[in-house]
Amino acid sequence: MTPALKNPRNALIATLLVLSVFPLFGSDYYNELVTKIMIMTIFAMSLDLLVGFTGLVSFGHAAFFGVAAYAVVLLSPQYEAASLWLVLPGAVAVAAAVAFVVGLFVLRTKGIYFIMVTLAFAQMIYFIFHDSPLGGGSDGVFLNFKPELRIGDTLLLDLGEPRLFYYFVLLFLVVAYVFLRVLLRSPLGHALAGIKSNEHRMVSLGFPVFLYKLAGFVIAGGLAGLAGFLSACQFGFVTPELLSWHQSGNVLLMVILGGIGSLNGAAIGAVAFVVLQEVFSAVTKHWQFLMGAVIVLVVMLLPGGLSSVPGRLRRLLVGGGSNGR
Amino acid sequence: MDFTTFLIQLLNALQYGLLLFLVASGLTLIFGIMGIINLAHGSFYMMGAYIAFSLTSLTGNLLTAVVLGIALAAAIGFLLEWALFSKLYKRDHLDQVLLTYGLILMFEEVRSVIVGDDVHGVAIPQLLSASVQLSETLSYPVYRLFISAVCIALAVAMYWLIRHTRLGMMIRAGSSNREMVQSLGIDIDLVYRLVFALGVTLAAFAGMLAAPVSSVYPGMGNQVLIICFVVVVIGGVGSIWGALVAALLIGLADTFGKVIFPEYAGLIVYLLMAAVLLWRPEGIFRRI
Amino acid sequence: MRNGYNRRNFLLSGFGVAAGLVLPSAPLFAQGAKKVRVGLMLPYTGTYAALGNAITNGFKLAVEQGGGKLGGREIEYFTVDDESDAAKAPENANKLIKRDNVDVLVGTVHSGVALAMTRVARETKTLLIVPNAGADEITGPLCAPNIFRTSFSAWQPAYAMGNVMAEKKHKNVVTLSWKYSFGEQSVAGFKEAFEKAGGKIVKEMYLPFPNVEFQPYLTEIAALKPDAVFVFFAGGGAVKFVKDYDAAGLKKTIPLYGSGFLTDGTLEAQGASAEGLLTTLHYADGLDIPKDKEFRAAYASAFKMQPDVYAVQGYDSAQLLAAGVAAVGGDVSKRAELIKAMEAATIDSPRGKFTLSKAHNPVQDIYLRKVEGKENKVVSVAAKALADPARGCRM
Repeated sequence: MTPALKNPRNALIATLLVLSVFPLFGSDYYNELVTKIMIMTIFAMSLDLLVGFTGLVSFGHAAFFGVAAYAVVLLSPQYEAASLWLVLPGAVAVAAAVAFVVGLFVLRTKGIYFIMVTLAFAQMIYFIFHDSPLGGGSDGVFLNFKPELRIGDTLLLDLGEPRLFYYFVLLFLVVAYVFLRVLLRSPLGHALAGIKSNEHRMVSLGFPVFLYKLAGFVIAGGLAGLAGFLSACQFGFVTPELLSWHQSGNVLLMVILGGIGSLNGAAIGAVAFVVLQEVFSAVTKHWQFLMGAVIVLVVMLLPGGLSSVPGRLRRLLVGGGSNGR
Repeated sequence: MDFTTFLIQLLNALQYGLLLFLVASGLTLIFGIMGIINLAHGSFYMMGAYIAFSLTSLTGNLLTAVVLGIALAAAIGFLLEWALFSKLYKRDHLDQVLLTYGLILMFEEVRSVIVGDDVHGVAIPQLLSASVQLSETLSYPVYRLFISAVCIALAVAMYWLIRHTRLGMMIRAGSSNREMVQSLGIDIDLVYRLVFALGVTLAAFAGMLAAPVSSVYPGMGNQVLIICFVVVVIGGVGSIWGALVAALLIGLADTFGKVIFPEYAGLIVYLLMAAVLLWRPEGIFRRI
Repeated sequence: MRNGYNRRNFLLSGFGVAAGLVLPSAPLFAQGAKKVRVGLMLPYTGTYAALGNAITNGFKLAVEQGGGKLGGREIEYFTVDDESDAAKAPENANKLIKRDNVDVLVGTVHSGVALAMTRVARETKTLLIVPNAGADEITGPLCAPNIFRTSFSAWQPAYAMGNVMAEKKHKNVVTLSWKYSFGEQSVAGFKEAFEKAGGKIVKEMYLPFPNVEFQPYLTEIAALKPDAVFVFFAGGGAVKFVKDYDAAGLKKTIPLYGSGFLTDGTLEAQGASAEGLLTTLHYADGLDIPKDKEFRAAYASAFKMQPDVYAVQGYDSAQLLAAGVAAVGGDVSKRAELIKAMEAATIDSPRGKFTLSKAHNPVQDIYLRKVEGKENKVVSVAAKALADPARGCRM
């Protein structure tokens, strides 16, 4: 790593530069792959707001992602493209609203209990879509036309065009990143951090802890909804599997793989997860074994996730001797 | 629904609930006492079923298979605690979620390599293969009644173990204050290791017991995992009685839900959970 | 907007092989040097792993019998494990289409995944052969010139069973299936034939997928006392249902019928509980067809196990593709001729010869089978050359 890149800000700018010119060189497939990774990064960052910054380990985060994806399809007319003005805020609002209702229930619980209750609620929402004809049942439902942005009669943006869509996602990735950065520095962000480190103290200091947590939960749900919206637009296909507990597990994995409590970590985790999957599934039929083994190894040997690797290496080279935490 | 049918459905509900209790009890034990969230619990259930299948076809006898299987499961649980879980007590629940998630993937592939991906059946032991005539057209297999009896016996045994034995005392003490128990000179590490092995064994035993009825197939563990979570959530983390009551409630809700509201049968269990959480956010029973 | 997208992707995705469209001299060159790129998108992990492997084996057997060639061209495989996860389906299909530039996509087992693949194949104009998934839509509303199926539609075996049960003078029937679209379509197919023949469905019951707690339904069946029961289940659920039905004593009094998957690949596990059950499917044991005997012997010696219906479907997928490739002399860029040849092909399948309907679904005999020992022995032909109605297909 060159010294210039050691500064996180420089690294961020470099990443952004690479991302902005990538479509000029990458093939169609890799453009789509990177688009997907960016969407997953937004999703992982939204979860990190809960897991890493508030100390709420949600195991049902895919529910909000999936609900928003369904909202896109259900809000779109069948035989023409929907307006972006409608479906984007609509999808995010639906996800936030569902997060609000679920939050009222689950935030009354703590610790292990919270993990299980979020899982169970996500599973309930999964079954709503799986068993009802609302969204095409178990087969899922297709988005016939991708949303478009119009002012009057002029078409400004058509999300069906992959390269444009790439930049659209990149824009939202930056927006989400900046939004979270600002949020974490705001009073709400400080309150959430306080809840993470010592909830009892926050309560005794007179903070409306429940409301803060609910606010964090709704914001995280809304951001997950943004990712769900983008995912529905990318693939034009929405299935109950988007809400399954495997998805919730995968996104949690991304957050932890990268290292919790850092937005950059969420991004690193999303990249690592997708790349590992690509590589392993090319090697063997039993690639899930390798995936599982990597997870186990990361948990046992790398408590800080992949983003802690440079620090560890530095300590090792400088001879600091300390082994992480 | 006439009265006979109602009674038979009630029996179905009880029987299903008891089986759920058997699977979930190991989960709630590990949760409540060790504070470990074990997603791989379903995999241990699957492992038990596959052990029953493999050993039955090897030894020709389910009983022998179960005895050997219990020893095997206990050993696996013991080893896993020693090698992995014991390192995680001071860590976040998050790490436990991850670790056990990774284990699910590994176990499933190991199963695929060793036994393959086919569906298999396990024969019901000759002795228990009869059935009881309940109505003109319907009879009830003795083996199902046997499972229920075993579940009840286990519930009583676990209650006795935790309330009235020295080990149980150590477990109860250890779950409320690990450090203090240690300072009293009790080998708390060994206690935890035993509890974990017990939890794994319970899940595997449930799998073995259910194998003749449910058959063994890939992915069978994931199906029971979520419902076990719901049992524990409703019953209250770590409460054996809670798990029993919750399992029976779910058995009732599921069975009668399927009959009375067939359109929403998939949701009823979760609605029950939401209702209980509104009433008691920490589940029906709070402690062991 | 969609047109621009499609056209561009088509050109890009097919570029390697479709070079012939751009450079008139390319085909000669391509014929000698380039292999046909076949993308297998099948489940290799999870619940359907065994089915994915059987289809792959069948496909490769057909290729090997052609001397490692398909219609005179060598082929190169690209595989993706679809994990039977519909959420990943569009992405996995794109992996083969856009990254590996396959000429033909073969897959898959799970209907939800196959529907998503069909969608992608329509958009990118990729040639798709579906070797199992029975969702009616694939050769219904989603039908397209480049989409073929070598297996069945959910409607076919179920419809045939409706007639069989009506002929057996059953009047009042209860149906039971998982609540997911494949089960619902099977029941709908059965109902159509059975009610047309004057039968009556007393009650349609569905249980949430993948729940296997059947006892409440068995109790209800016992209380309703219908003349017979028609079910759709597959895999582990089928095993448990058949055993539970028998253990509840219902098998003696209320005959059980089903779509063939109830007893396919599951007989070893079901044991005596399955003995005597009648099911309908497009394949059976003990067919008096020379091609079948030859196929079974070859499969058994190549893979050290007995083939099943999934292996047959994989085998026929390769045969169908071979028919197309051979007709264009190995030049797969001649898309229109290739498709025409595939449409017109008569596939010499182990299940018996079949042709394709206008919607590209097999027009095939559906057999009535009876479980004897560990085999689904053919009893009779339940429906001769049955064609799916292809509702909603505009082609």
